[in-house]
Amino acid sequence: MEILQQILFLLSIAVSVGLFSKKIKQIRRNIFLGQPEVINDHYIKRWKNVLLLAFGQKKMFKNLTVAFLHLFIYLGFIIINIEIFEIIIDGITGSHRIFAPYIPALYPLLINSFEFLAASVIIVCVIFLIRRNILPILRFKSNELKGWPSKDANLILLIEIILMSLFLSMNAADSMLQQANQEPYSLHKTGPFLISSYVSILFSGCPIHVLIFLERICWWLHILGIFIFLNYLPWSKHLHILLAFPNAFYARLTPQGKIHNMPTVQQEVLYSFQPELAPTQTDSTSHLKFGAKDIQDLSWKNILDAYTCTECGRCSSACPANQTGKLLSPRKIMMNTRDRAEEIGNNIDKNGSFTDDSKSLLFDYITEEELRACTTCNACVEECPVSINPLDIIIQLRRYLVMEQSSAPSEWTAMFTNVENNFAPWKFSPDDRINWTKE
Amino acid sequence: MKIPVMADEKAQGRDPELLFWVGCAGSFDQRAQKITKAFATILDKVGIHYAILGSEEMCTGDPVRRAGNEFMFQMMAYQNINLLNQYQVKKIVTACPHCFNTLKNEYPELGGHYEVIHHTELLQTLIDQGKIIIKDSGPFKGKKITYHDSCYLGRSNNIYEAPRSVLEALDAELVEMKRCKKNGLCCGAGGAQMFKEEEKGNERVNLERSKEAIKTNASIIASACPFCNTMMTDGIKLNEKETDIEVMDIAELIAKSI
Repeated sequence: MEILQQILFLLSIAVSVGLFSKKIKQIRRNIFLGQPEVINDHYIKRWKNVLLLAFGQKKMFKNLTVAFLHLFIYLGFIIINIEIFEIIIDGITGSHRIFAPYIPALYPLLINSFEFLAASVIIVCVIFLIRRNILPILRFKSNELKGWPSKDANLILLIEIILMSLFLSMNAADSMLQQANQEPYSLHKTGPFLISSYVSILFSGCPIHVLIFLERICWWLHILGIFIFLNYLPWSKHLHILLAFPNAFYARLTPQGKIHNMPTVQQEVLYSFQPELAPTQTDSTSHLKFGAKDIQDLSWKNILDAYTCTECGRCSSACPANQTGKLLSPRKIMMNTRDRAEEIGNNIDKNGSFTDDSKSLLFDYITEEELRACTTCNACVEECPVSINPLDIIIQLRRYLVMEQSSAPSEWTAMFTNVENNFAPWKFSPDDRINWTKE
Repeated sequence: MKIPVMADEKAQGRDPELLFWVGCAGSFDQRAQKITKAFATILDKVGIHYAILGSEEMCTGDPVRRAGNEFMFQMMAYQNINLLNQYQVKKIVTACPHCFNTLKNEYPELGGHYEVIHHTELLQTLIDQGKIIIKDSGPFKGKKITYHDSCYLGRSNNIYEAPRSVLEALDAELVEMKRCKKNGLCCGAGGAQMFKEEEKGNERVNLERSKEAIKTNASIIASACPFCNTMMTDGIKLNEKETDIEVMDIAELIAKSI
């Protein structure tokens, strides 16, 4: 029986890790569908961002209440992982609470703190379910969350509640079996635990074999639940628990107002002013494409941004266009980018290489009207707790519209003409520039 | 007051220490011209040896770049940088946060390296150095003033304190809007929105922002950007509050207080 459990355990680890790494490889491939961009400068600043923004969740603390609630789930996630380490060793070796005999004094303290966190996680998840589904918080009611995204968010909270309840029930049954001197539970007595001792009340009066069954079933469901959750991550907004760290590392360090340069355009303009610098042999092989129409035109960092997005909507709540009822929603830009990257990834998996599906991120997912409404105010960039830059994608799509499609609102076309001919966005003669000095 | 122009200064063998980049709004927009004049008056009074580019100045390319027209941006940048380098300009001040951002952050990688400061930063320095002395019973003493953060000064370049510290020097009562500093709401003009009609929605951005300013009960909205100034002025008019609330640039407030 023991050995059968060990074999089953090893099998489930192999399957879950195998499936997870397969999906992560696909996501990695999808991210690198984007254009290469070398980001390897200012290591100290970047690690500082990882510490402050990802580990320290600095931007979450703009709203203290939510930050503390979220912190419990986050700490629960990180710290309870220590316990999962023990569970995995137990599962493989067939031992029971393998760490207990080595740290007899510390062990109950550790488990008690895990239990405290588990209970906190349950409470916070319930609060978050209420916030999402009952309270009138606008960013949870937007159109782009209809369907799968809001189900996903609720599912994450439910899974966490279930996992933590299983963990507490397992401990409850375990400590009751210890008290009943049932081996192997009683070999290293830990005493009743902080929270699960209350759960024990539910099990009181249960015969020993039922308690053993309860302990085993909770142990198994808890760890299988974790394996399933691991494999759920790549399909969910919950992937941010992993990607927030690299995303903070690779975040832009330049002032937010700076828009990234296009050296190809810079060079073309240079040659038009100084033709003598232009290469004599024109390279006919490369038709340069300006701006971005689809995933492959964006930088890989933009796609990493999209996979990191946790769809919280802080960006859209701060967006002046979104808040005044325009179609633009920075969160939707990120969700669309991820959905399109997934679609292209699936296309590649199915056909071996990308086969034209006559769709694109621009037009089929993100419309011109959305892009036009952006004021480039950087509120979305400033808000994002996981260092995402929606504005960078918006600008690249705008570049494609203007430079590849010559598509711009008529007022902008007039403005371009004015800048070109009069060197000002309005139709004034350059000579009138100094008129104000004469008055 | 005579406004020195760089070409004349150089022709006469003079080397101005500071270039005042006026910007298109500051040059052509009638409301913004007043801001330009106010700032020039201050420079003149303080005795800084400055100059403008005059008719040689061109749009920095901020709106075209943000609209997506990188070609036009590069053309403007190339010509401006050539001119600035030819005059060996070292230090630039501007009253437009959009010009400021482009000159400071976007020109260096194209070959234009200058020390670029915003006029609120210069005003702060001049006040700190005692070169600008605010009248004891200035016209804004005790008045309620709210400062509207320009996105291109605030979030884009982390300048939140300079404009506020200049306003504090006026001995006015500074009140903040609900969304301020890092959380400041845009006026609606950035990203080339200034030059086109807004997309369909429930409200204009400038209307939303001016309502927030009105809620502070301030009698003056201080701005530090000519576009914000236009948007807020229009917003106040749309709210029919133009008799109670005035939108003024920080340079204008200072010019009237010295």
